[in-house]
Amino acid sequence: MFNPVALIRKLGHATVDRIWRLGFAARFFIAILQHSGTSFRRLPLTLREIYFSGVLSLLIILVSGLFVGLVLGLQGFETLQRYGSTEALGVLVALSLTRELGPVVAALLFASRAGSSVTAEIGLMKATEQLKAMDMMAVNPIARVVAPRFWGGVVAMPLLAAMFSAMGVLGGWLIGVVFIGVDDGAFWSQMQAGVDWRYDVWNGVIKSFVFGIAVSLIAVFEGYDSVPTAEGVSRAITRTVVTSALTILALDFVLTSFMFRGAS
Amino acid sequence: MNRTVLDLWVGFFVALGIAALLFLALKVGNLSSAHMSETYVLQAKFDNIGGLKVRGPVKSAGVVVGRIADIKFDPASYEAVVTLNVDGRYQFPKDTFASIYTAGLLGEQYVGLDVGGDEKMLQAGDTIAKTQSAVVLEKMISQFLFSKAADGQDKK
Repeated sequence: MFNPVALIRKLGHATVDRIWRLGFAARFFIAILQHSGTSFRRLPLTLREIYFSGVLSLLIILVSGLFVGLVLGLQGFETLQRYGSTEALGVLVALSLTRELGPVVAALLFASRAGSSVTAEIGLMKATEQLKAMDMMAVNPIARVVAPRFWGGVVAMPLLAAMFSAMGVLGGWLIGVVFIGVDDGAFWSQMQAGVDWRYDVWNGVIKSFVFGIAVSLIAVFEGYDSVPTAEGVSRAITRTVVTSALTILALDFVLTSFMFRGAS
Repeated sequence: MNRTVLDLWVGFFVALGIAALLFLALKVGNLSSAHMSETYVLQAKFDNIGGLKVRGPVKSAGVVVGRIADIKFDPASYEAVVTLNVDGRYQFPKDTFASIYTAGLLGEQYVGLDVGGDEKMLQAGDTIAKTQSAVVLEKMISQFLFSKAADGQDKK
């Protein structure tokens, strides 16, 4: 039977739940920052996480970057040809990659490749009560487990995004110059004239840094907050990927509207 | 995992990332050609700037000698005030001519400085007195059409 009071109660419950989780995530973030000392004093802990989330993501990032660049080269050439300005292919490829595609696609890949594995690891540690055992031995699990993983992701993300963009530009060059035959000099010189390192490249780096913080925080938080069962961990991993993707796209819109507003 | 192998991989990863950043800044972006460390400001007033954009180039003899820093509308004289950041290495005479040109038929517009013969040089903050506005394609076409029509009437 339709019961309006129950419906409104459900809505209220969901809202309160969301806000409570948001507040928990914010306090968790502050706790990570407070206990970050260990990750820098005992650098091997963080290095190990940079290896797992950064080095092991290299292949997927480089290959995806190359293919995105190849496709941009083909599609861009096809469109620019209609206006007789194929020399602008370099600008098109470089601007789309450094401003948007590099940070965003690299962050999406990073969330699904590294973020999900971080969530799984922390979730399983919680399910097998390793985190509690650490607490019993007076080892703070946030300082020992969570913070190094967070900082590993924050360090790895901008570097991966830069590699993605660089590979994409090379891919565009490969298609445009080597296969189709756009003039090599015009390709690079128009690119250098059209891409400002401070306005385009550096803003892209800032974006990828912000995405790195967001994805890493979501990954460690979902793992730490997961229901300690097999099903709970698997749900936490799904939530990491979905929430990361939505957060990245929403943040990207906000950052773009601040950075490139009134673009010349 | 062995500590030295781990260090090696992470070092390799970070080096690759920094190399990619340098590639983006130097080869893709304009950091290599952007070291105009000391610049000085010149102003020029135009009747019509056409499609001139902020951060567009300022060229003299085809060489980029500065960037357009700001474009404003002057409500008193109804002119566009363009602020130029010019490389400190270059000095221009007082009677330099500032014109707005277009690179290619449909390319970007830039401010061209045609050097005069004055002994005195422009100082920082000076306004370039002689300017020529952008060529508006519609005006040119209408002028051309009018002159054609006038020619046709003369022949009759």
